[in-house]
Amino acid sequence: MKVSFTLNGEATAWDGPPVTRLAAALRDDLGLTGTKIGCDAGDCGACTVRLDGKQVCGCLVAMGQVEGRAVETVEGLANGTLDDLQKSFLAHGAAQCGICTPGMLMAATDLFALNPRPSRTEVEDALGGVLCRCTGYTKIVDAVMAAAAPAAFATAASGAAIGARIPRLDGHAKVTGTDVFGADGIPADALWIRVVRSPHARARFTVGDLGPLRSRLAAVLTAADVPFNGYGIYPDVKDQPVLADGLVRYRGEAVVALVGDRQTVLSIRDSEVPISWTPELPLVGVDAATAPGAPLVQADKPKNLLLDGGVRHGNAGDAFARCAAVAEGTFETAFVEHAYVEPEAGWARRVGDRIEVYATTQTPYMDRDEIANLMRLAPEAVRIVPTACGGGFGGKLDLSVQPLIAIAAWKLGRPVALVYTRPESMAASTKRHPARVTAKFGCDAAGKLVACDVTATFDTGAYASWGPTVANRVPVHAMGPYAIPHVKTWGEAFFTNGPPAGAFRGFGVPQAAIAHEAMMDTLADRLGIDRLEFRHRNALRAGDTTACGQKLEHSAGLAQCLEALRPHWKKAQADVAAFNAKNSIKRRGVGIGCMWYGIGNTSMSNPSRMRIGLAADGTLTLYSGAFDIGQGSNTIMTQIAADALGLPVSQFVLVTGDTDLTADAGKTSASRQTFVSGRAVEGAGRDLRQQILRLANAGADAVLTLAGSTLTVRDGAEVRTLDLGKVGPLLGEGTFDPPTKPLDQDGQGIPYATSGFAAHLAEVEVDIELGTVKVLRMVAAHDVGKAINPTLVEGQIEGGIAQGLGLALMEEYLPGRTENLHDYLIPTIGDVPQIECILIEDREPLGPSGAKGIGEPALVPTAPAILGAVHQATGVRVKRVPLLPHRLREAIVALKGTP
Amino acid sequence: MAEYLRPHCLEEALGVLQRPFTVLAGGTDFYPARVGRSIDEDVLDISAIADLRGIARGPGGWRLGATTTWGELIAADMPPLFDGLKQAARDVGGRQIQNAGTIAGNLCNASPAADGVPPLLALEAKVEIASRTGARRVPLARFITGNRRTVLAPGELVVAIHVPEPAHPARSAFLKLGARRYLVISIVMAAATLEITDGRIAAARVAVGACSAVAQRLPALEAALAGAMPDASLGERVEMRHLAPLTPIDDVRGSAGYRSDAALTVLRRLLQGFAA
Repeated sequence: MKVSFTLNGEATAWDGPPVTRLAAALRDDLGLTGTKIGCDAGDCGACTVRLDGKQVCGCLVAMGQVEGRAVETVEGLANGTLDDLQKSFLAHGAAQCGICTPGMLMAATDLFALNPRPSRTEVEDALGGVLCRCTGYTKIVDAVMAAAAPAAFATAASGAAIGARIPRLDGHAKVTGTDVFGADGIPADALWIRVVRSPHARARFTVGDLGPLRSRLAAVLTAADVPFNGYGIYPDVKDQPVLADGLVRYRGEAVVALVGDRQTVLSIRDSEVPISWTPELPLVGVDAATAPGAPLVQADKPKNLLLDGGVRHGNAGDAFARCAAVAEGTFETAFVEHAYVEPEAGWARRVGDRIEVYATTQTPYMDRDEIANLMRLAPEAVRIVPTACGGGFGGKLDLSVQPLIAIAAWKLGRPVALVYTRPESMAASTKRHPARVTAKFGCDAAGKLVACDVTATFDTGAYASWGPTVANRVPVHAMGPYAIPHVKTWGEAFFTNGPPAGAFRGFGVPQAAIAHEAMMDTLADRLGIDRLEFRHRNALRAGDTTACGQKLEHSAGLAQCLEALRPHWKKAQADVAAFNAKNSIKRRGVGIGCMWYGIGNTSMSNPSRMRIGLAADGTLTLYSGAFDIGQGSNTIMTQIAADALGLPVSQFVLVTGDTDLTADAGKTSASRQTFVSGRAVEGAGRDLRQQILRLANAGADAVLTLAGSTLTVRDGAEVRTLDLGKVGPLLGEGTFDPPTKPLDQDGQGIPYATSGFAAHLAEVEVDIELGTVKVLRMVAAHDVGKAINPTLVEGQIEGGIAQGLGLALMEEYLPGRTENLHDYLIPTIGDVPQIECILIEDREPLGPSGAKGIGEPALVPTAPAILGAVHQATGVRVKRVPLLPHRLREAIVALKGTP
Repeated sequence: MAEYLRPHCLEEALGVLQRPFTVLAGGTDFYPARVGRSIDEDVLDISAIADLRGIARGPGGWRLGATTTWGELIAADMPPLFDGLKQAARDVGGRQIQNAGTIAGNLCNASPAADGVPPLLALEAKVEIASRTGARRVPLARFITGNRRTVLAPGELVVAIHVPEPAHPARSAFLKLGARRYLVISIVMAAATLEITDGRIAAARVAVGACSAVAQRLPALEAALAGAMPDASLGERVEMRHLAPLTPIDDVRGSAGYRSDAALTVLRRLLQGFAA
């Protein structure tokens, strides 16, 4: 059917099936990929456009309904320039990964059409239909509120980039909708894949005659088509098949891949694919997996045990007897979904004897090596070109679409694309490990911690993924950021028929922190010591030795964080007491949570190599393999490079992520990029600067300026010019691998070169009768060593808090039951409170300009702070998260003894 | 190739329905049920039929066109009788859903958690159904027969919802409990309409949703409210025995026991709110 309508002010004709979604027509047929698709179900608002001036989800409008109407998309906002709203988004750091940004902008545009001076609540009401998983919404609301008079962009002069709040360098594309995400750059002639997945958590199966399907399609792939059908994070654990081979171990596991033209593969129903299933009783949860006689999930893993290990320091067993107070508790957490707004997507093509993969990822080099291994190719035969990544949070460290598109494109010699649907993304991808943490902490009469004994048991699901990383990292952190002489911690992970549990912001530490912080509250209460002061008394400080036997030489700023929170804490306590004196149905509480987090891999090499090139024509290029998934490393790396070299940020061109063009800077994970790759890029900048100074025979303090191909070097009164056409090209290179030492069998060694420290304060209001919790306010103090870009650091903290709030109060992934974004709840713009960030800069000498990491530390203390506040408000010590309203209400009733 | 028809007049639509078509209006339930697969059924799009749109007041009451959106309802100039329905409209999804989703679509989808059903039950709404052979009006309480089930027969289409003019001046209210602020499916919701004369409640209609396969009126509570003064103590009249028609279940959003407990609280607060 032909449809005529007005698109961004232009008369437009479209032809196609009238039931086509507006969002699909815009993207696939009209080339406007600024409108993003996050769920195709009206749950996320990423596809928000204006239809006759009203915001609607483009995924819910039939093209047949668009006839004669006016459609406005992000591309029409300012015709290629930036309107005030877009400028305000940039200036405030309101776009991180950018996948929700077009939807947010259109929702805000809708608001301004009705109301030029909206209140905060009106902004929230207008933007409440768009989900963001990165920002915690704070900077989005600020940007909208300030849009009437947007602030000027901060700039940084040469040598003054570090510490400057410059807008993110890749931000223009994010606020104009021109950034190319996994589903945005697919060639028109690409074939499509639809994956047939297991409806069973555990089953054997056989595939019947695929001949009839193959005759309709370009290919139907099964396990037999995968050259080496196993992948996994660790070189020695390749346990996850690309396509299951006769046995599925979790609901959502890939079984058959249909490859053909898009319409055809989408029209084939699962019931048309001849798979005969023999379901078996699945192992749900660790208790089932460890029961006597439990069947094995992985044949070569006896007792379903993936890994265990711990830290032993002093003699915890005997020390408890000498304690004045001892607290004990067991705490449980659920599977948590990353819920990045961009579902996994990408495409691949064969170029001669090489395969090129364009996909959303957090780790281009690991993808390259893994694809090479799966396809039995040399790593050099694989090129990974990461697309913009619409949120990762650990979930895009594992392979998703990459193997199937690569194998199919290789086999068929045509580009092949795969875009996960939302339910598919949720069913197939990794999750946060459910944990059961049993903790026992003791202190002396003065409130000094003496001993702790913590066992953390994790459900690692069907495949190892990052399970070993979690099981290793948690024992090192499970005592909390405190000096404790006698420590015994243990981590263990078991296979089940749950979804593979992998990496998720914090690698198990957020789960453990819920336990150790509950213990701090309990001990403090028992001794009548203020909860903040109890933590301050025990905080690890520079000069202390950790339970791993590592002496913290520098940069352990927990005490400073707590000192910064102290006035907020005292005021909040007074506010809460005053409120509670007048109210009984609504009760308020204030809580505190602390954490430490080792930056980079645990006792394992994780080097970065960065390069800066100065071409003969004067083009200054940062070649960064440190991939930006929204957290801001493109900007951070450039700021560090600029000051190390001595040229302004504005002169840099960025080449990022492409494994053919950049060096390996490791994965965007473990909060490592600022610290590790940042240190490497600092080295690259200095290396290039040294080469220039040598060529100019200039001293260390010389000032550089670059104009065209002329590089001017001023050394005091001496001015020398270098013609890059003659002396170029120049290449500076830097590498860094944080110094660590392996842990012995008692966990003694140097697990991390440095750690981040933080304390959060949460003020909550509990509805006693309904069990609902509203977080009223958060104050977050983080020791980041040095904030390279404070706006971006705050963005990480605010986003981490939103995810921590979700972990505490609403998020629980249940296979088959919460596989969409209306049954699986993440915080909306109305759920995240105003957040005050306090940046503590206790310099880390190893880091670039003293900087450490922030990505994961941002999330860890939030849930403990909220749960502590709930305890103060209600007397309920929460043992299981998420604290859904019915769970809290039931606990309140149980505590009171009567409903 | 599947058919897609978008007639402009009702007669034509009813003619089309002589054979099975999936009816599409706001798309807010249609598309979410078809994620990741091609749409190959025959579709009757009723969004262009002018007769199905708009809100009108007649001698006996109000007519809400079937494809009136939540957003249009919110923007409409309506008496306090509709405050509850308007509040429900504001609590549906986000603005995007309110601008697209239709009132009749909410009823026809017949979810146990449909936000429009309790307030319309409390308004004693009737559903006007048309087919080629005639028209009928069915009280909403009889229109939805179960989880995702209605009395609509093949060939029939909902054309309007009728809200009778109450005998006395009336106000209504709605309260929804969910686990987050926006875009949330109700754990419990309640709606009430109170007709007030001489400072006392002449008639009360109260309904609770998400606590049974179909939202339920609470006749015992309504009886207990009759004659009372709508003051701050009104909520205290709610007793657990009034909730007998509810049959809550355990699901991902809450336990059955919690739903009963929370329904009591939500009802008390809802009624208390009439004093304000």
